[in-house]
Amino acid sequence: MKALLAKVWANPMTFLGALLCLAIVLAAVLAPWIAPYDPADQDIISRLQPPGGAYPFGTDQFGRDILSRLLWGARISLTVSLGAIAVAVVIGGTIGMLAGYIGGTFDLLVMQVMDVLLSFPSLILGLIVVALLGPDLINLVVAIALTAIAPFARVARAPTMALKERAFVEAGRALGFSHPRILFRHILPNIMSEVMVMASLWMATAVRVEASLSFIGLGVKPPTATWGGMTRDGFENILDAPWLAILPGLAILLLVLGLNMVGDGLRDATDPRLRQE
Amino acid sequence: MTEPLLRVEGLRKHFVLKKGFPKPRTIRVRAVEDISFSIEPGQAFGLVGESGCGKSTAARALLRLIEPDAGRVLFRGEDVLTAKGQALKALRRRIQIVFQDPYSSLDPRQSIGSALTEPMRVHGIATGAEARRRAAALMEEVGLPPSALDRLPHEFSGGQRQRIGIARALTVEPELIIADEPVSALDVSVQAQVLLLLRELRQRRGLSFLFVSHDLSVVRWFCDRVAVMYLGRIVEEGPAARVLANPLHPYAQVLRDASPIPDPSRRTALPRILGEIPSAANPPPGCPFHPRCIHAMPICSQQMPAWTPAPGEKAGGVACHLVG
Amino acid sequence: MLGFVLRRLLAAIPTLLAVLTLVFVIVRVVPGDPALVILGDQATPEATAAVRERLGLDRPLLVQYFDFLGSALQGDFGNSLVTNRPILSEVRAVLPHTVDLTLASMVIGVAIGVPVGIWAALNRNGVIDVMARLLSLIGLSFPVFVSGVFLLLAFGLHWRLFPVIGSADLNDPLDRLHKLVLPAMTLGLLMAAYITRVTRSAMLQSLGEDYMRTARAKGVPRRRVVWVHGLRNAALPIVTVVGLYVGILLGNSVLTEIVFNRPGLGKIIVGALNQRDYPMLQGLLVIYCFLIVIVNLITDLLYGVIDPRVKAA
Repeated sequence: MKALLAKVWANPMTFLGALLCLAIVLAAVLAPWIAPYDPADQDIISRLQPPGGAYPFGTDQFGRDILSRLLWGARISLTVSLGAIAVAVVIGGTIGMLAGYIGGTFDLLVMQVMDVLLSFPSLILGLIVVALLGPDLINLVVAIALTAIAPFARVARAPTMALKERAFVEAGRALGFSHPRILFRHILPNIMSEVMVMASLWMATAVRVEASLSFIGLGVKPPTATWGGMTRDGFENILDAPWLAILPGLAILLLVLGLNMVGDGLRDATDPRLRQE
Repeated sequence: MTEPLLRVEGLRKHFVLKKGFPKPRTIRVRAVEDISFSIEPGQAFGLVGESGCGKSTAARALLRLIEPDAGRVLFRGEDVLTAKGQALKALRRRIQIVFQDPYSSLDPRQSIGSALTEPMRVHGIATGAEARRRAAALMEEVGLPPSALDRLPHEFSGGQRQRIGIARALTVEPELIIADEPVSALDVSVQAQVLLLLRELRQRRGLSFLFVSHDLSVVRWFCDRVAVMYLGRIVEEGPAARVLANPLHPYAQVLRDASPIPDPSRRTALPRILGEIPSAANPPPGCPFHPRCIHAMPICSQQMPAWTPAPGEKAGGVACHLVG
Repeated sequence: MLGFVLRRLLAAIPTLLAVLTLVFVIVRVVPGDPALVILGDQATPEATAAVRERLGLDRPLLVQYFDFLGSALQGDFGNSLVTNRPILSEVRAVLPHTVDLTLASMVIGVAIGVPVGIWAALNRNGVIDVMARLLSLIGLSFPVFVSGVFLLLAFGLHWRLFPVIGSADLNDPLDRLHKLVLPAMTLGLLMAAYITRVTRSAMLQSLGEDYMRTARAKGVPRRRVVWVHGLRNAALPIVTVVGLYVGILLGNSVLTEIVFNRPGLGKIIVGALNQRDYPMLQGLLVIYCFLIVIVNLITDLLYGVIDPRVKAA
């Protein structure tokens, strides 16, 4: 484990990514204390102020402070994606483990359903689920989780199938262990690292999908600040105030990039094919 | 006559595969066709044969690690194959298995201490400090320091892991141990140590063994009785000394002659075994051994030989037209 | 080869059936009565019942299900609640725009991704490689609407090289191409980022194989080894991934179409969602999945062409 962490940190890209993520998480957590203004406070006199002066990142068409809205928006991005990935890991991981462990017709059926889920473009699936359920924080989490369940089921299934054939699973059965005990005490710890690497990579996707849905107008409802929604507002004023679209766009990019860098580093450090080198 | 410890009657396991498109062909691999034997208390019973003859499948099927298709398995009169739930769990406590591959038989993420105390907790034998104390005692019994309890499997060598596997089987205080090729994955230098340990345990604890192996010299040294398997059937059975020294079945003779014996005078006239072992998916008619048998007669390809008892008391028997 | 195609076609049938079933269920479990959507909240019960009857919503669910299956298999998805025109003809009207965009992005992605990926693999851990890795990571971290907005700002508004709004005249090839450039760049760069990564790792794996060393040892020139042996064996994972990414492309085309105000499948799906046009939604979902199943099929068939072993399996 220590060797693994050392390997992760030895890669400058991973380190940079972790710094980026840490900075954004800190900003989100500390938003109530460090945001210079209330993110919903409108100041009609100072509408569409360019960056600088009293408003370091400028103001939007209602005179709201962009910096404060960015800080608060980070909370939505992180909450929704963390929640969605947690749900997808638990549900998808369990489905995949059960399919791989039980095998046979059950496996065939379940994976067929997963394949159908995979055959919907994930953004379209998320779009429809949010639109039908109504856009709020919980439904966003549900929708994004739904798009990620099938990949996690796949990731959990393959190693479970391999582990099932190992003698220690047979030994457990011979020792009178129940199937749930074998699955959750013996197989789960052994597939955890693969699932977690996948989770870190999918965090990036979840952030992107959340932002995309907000951009389309299916995110957490205004006046709550979301990065995707801010980009959309900015896009509608792009001729007068291009920074309105550029700044939240950059924020999304940095978070997704940071998460991808960390996920890549974790994968390179755990991938057995790369480890041999 | 006393009730045997384990009685196996007509055990059968076929694996069915479907292959091909659009007309799938059904392939039936007859891994275990029909085997019967019994093990007396305190006995070490050897099951020998080439790889692929179904001996490991048989060992797993009678523990129901693989569900057999037919047959009866009685452990001290209790039916293993119909047992469910708690009854099955109780039976499994009394029969344990030691696996061939010491590298895959231990959970790589579980410390040795946890691996040894978990079965005790599951069966309500001991918990907490008491379980820990028992685990330490077991480690000493198999010749490893109790301080190793906090380590993970990858810190041990193959031989050490096999000792841990044996200790784990002992945690539930079984009466019968199924040893599935317990030393064949180990270095030759380590094999003897592990075999000595097994024999020591057998004497000290009064354990019975079903010893599955392809290595006749190991079986000769360890077992009291032995059964020779070929293509899912037992072709000869009897006291180890008789079957391995003076076998009646031509296949058992070939096995004996192929096994290295420190006696150069006997190596000169090795009868050659003909061809390859046939596939269990497509066994020959009649006696399964006839295509490779140097004594094959016309009847051998038509009729399954009947089981013929060997002369003498408890001398076992053989399935061969030459003898019948 | 024919048997292979048939087998793959047959294997796609259960998937399609499952997709149709799932779509039917999704649209049915959603709260809200389509009849009320058409008539508004003030509708009388009689009027609602009449509309329900016209839409066939008063029949037993199972009848509706088989009716839906039957017509869907014939390509009939009913009429839009909003425009009252057949869904298939609505889709057909915008499909060329979507196909243009998808194909163009794919071409850009492959044209940039494959050579850069190979170049990076050949310069493993060199400057080129590190740059390619960093850039591709940035590329795939860009949400499409962000890169779209950035490209639009730079090339559309600042330098005014390309039009910012893109409802092209399908009969004017030049106009069609001109308006395609920015949207296709947006998606193409994303594809290029993905394809660079896959090509790089597939090439690295293939370059490390024994047969590559054998070929070099035999004295085959390096260039030939790389392009003939290396690329041929790296082609399989690349094709797989390109096929998989068509789904990502179709999903992301929604965003591109919004940013560049282009007509297309994504645009009508958002419209159908906003207007609760359920038959339209149902039809679109099926068409999306159908497209993806077809692409998967083509990918599978390409496997057979690239790797003769696949056909035999």
